[in-house]
Amino acid sequence: MEMRHLHALLKQRHSLGQLEPKGGKLAFVTVPRENLRGLLTELRDVHGFTHLVLLTAVDWMEDGLFQLTYMLNNRGRDMTLGIRVMLDRQEAQGDSIHDLWPTAATYQRELKEMFGIDFPGSPRIDEEFILEGWTDLPPYRRDFDSLAYSQQTYAERPGRVTHDPREYMKSKLYPDGV
Amino acid sequence: MKDVDDKFLKNIETEFPLREELRPRRVTTPDGQEIEIEPLKDYFCEAAPKVHPKAYIPIVEDFYNWARANSLWILGFGTGCGAIEMRPLMTPRFDAYRYGIQWRPTPRQANLLMISGYLSVKTLKRAIRAYEQMQGPKYVVGLGSCTINGGMYWDSYNTIKRLDQYLPVDLYIAGCMPRPEALLAGFMELKKLIKAGKGEGANKYAENFATYKANQKSVIKDWDMPDYNW
Repeated sequence: MEMRHLHALLKQRHSLGQLEPKGGKLAFVTVPRENLRGLLTELRDVHGFTHLVLLTAVDWMEDGLFQLTYMLNNRGRDMTLGIRVMLDRQEAQGDSIHDLWPTAATYQRELKEMFGIDFPGSPRIDEEFILEGWTDLPPYRRDFDSLAYSQQTYAERPGRVTHDPREYMKSKLYPDGV
Repeated sequence: MKDVDDKFLKNIETEFPLREELRPRRVTTPDGQEIEIEPLKDYFCEAAPKVHPKAYIPIVEDFYNWARANSLWILGFGTGCGAIEMRPLMTPRFDAYRYGIQWRPTPRQANLLMISGYLSVKTLKRAIRAYEQMQGPKYVVGLGSCTINGGMYWDSYNTIKRLDQYLPVDLYIAGCMPRPEALLAGFMELKKLIKAGKGEGANKYAENFATYKANQKSVIKDWDMPDYNW
């Protein structure tokens, strides 16, 4: 397996975590924040992972962590590697990689707005990305309650009902409660 | 429906500041004069919309309404997925032009605003601006369940749920999304409304201007335009 070979090669130098293969062409690996930049640079310049597919975040609220996922793709060998970095949720600051892939600047702007993760030095990071005049918590954080916010903000038309499917079918099929 | 989690309270204390370039300030002109400018007032007319009175003789008003009903010009402004359903109407298959309904690229040339689907707060600002720039008498049609009660965006943090809080809606076309046939039926219905003298959206907007503005400003925090964008 090429992916295992690559992992064995990089493991010591970049203190990589366990490789998690997901089928033959996709694998995930966790890396400490301070090793991220070196690993990305080496993957891009030496191992042919030239394409940044996406950069996204997961909110592990209970653990107090944000997980950044950098998906890199090697087109020549048809391999995709997901690199995970765990960040502290309180300070929520990542390292900008806009000089490695210019497209990362856009992802980082989105993460700043939607999760509140700062990337110092990234171009236009403090500008509004999609939202206009947003003053509340970043909306993709899990402690932001979208339903409660929309009920407190936008007027509703009365008459909209929701049924619990289980109770509803019970009352339909067994109206006598038997 | 009650809050599922009533522990979450939205932040109502933080005001969004007026943008730097829109604030009143002193500037030096190229020829060296110092002048006061107030961008939101200097470049725009402050007059609020006025109610357009009906013709004195009813038969004349009926004639006007007949003429208005047969001259629907849609503003080509698609806000959600419903904009896709309008494309087949412009082409031979459904051909809305045979009913005298056509699309125009600018608000000044249109009198029918189709809100074609969900409206995010950001788009709502543009839709209000477009509506206010249209010439009266003007009509608003809401397409799909998103404009009626929020539809599938009922719990979205950034999508309005009732269009008639923010713009005077003459007619809703239900569906998710309504098919082009439903849109044609809706156009026919709108024509009937206008002929019956019930297409009074622009007057309603002028009469309840303060209410509409209060509703609009309660959701649009970054209000960077004059109150009436005529």
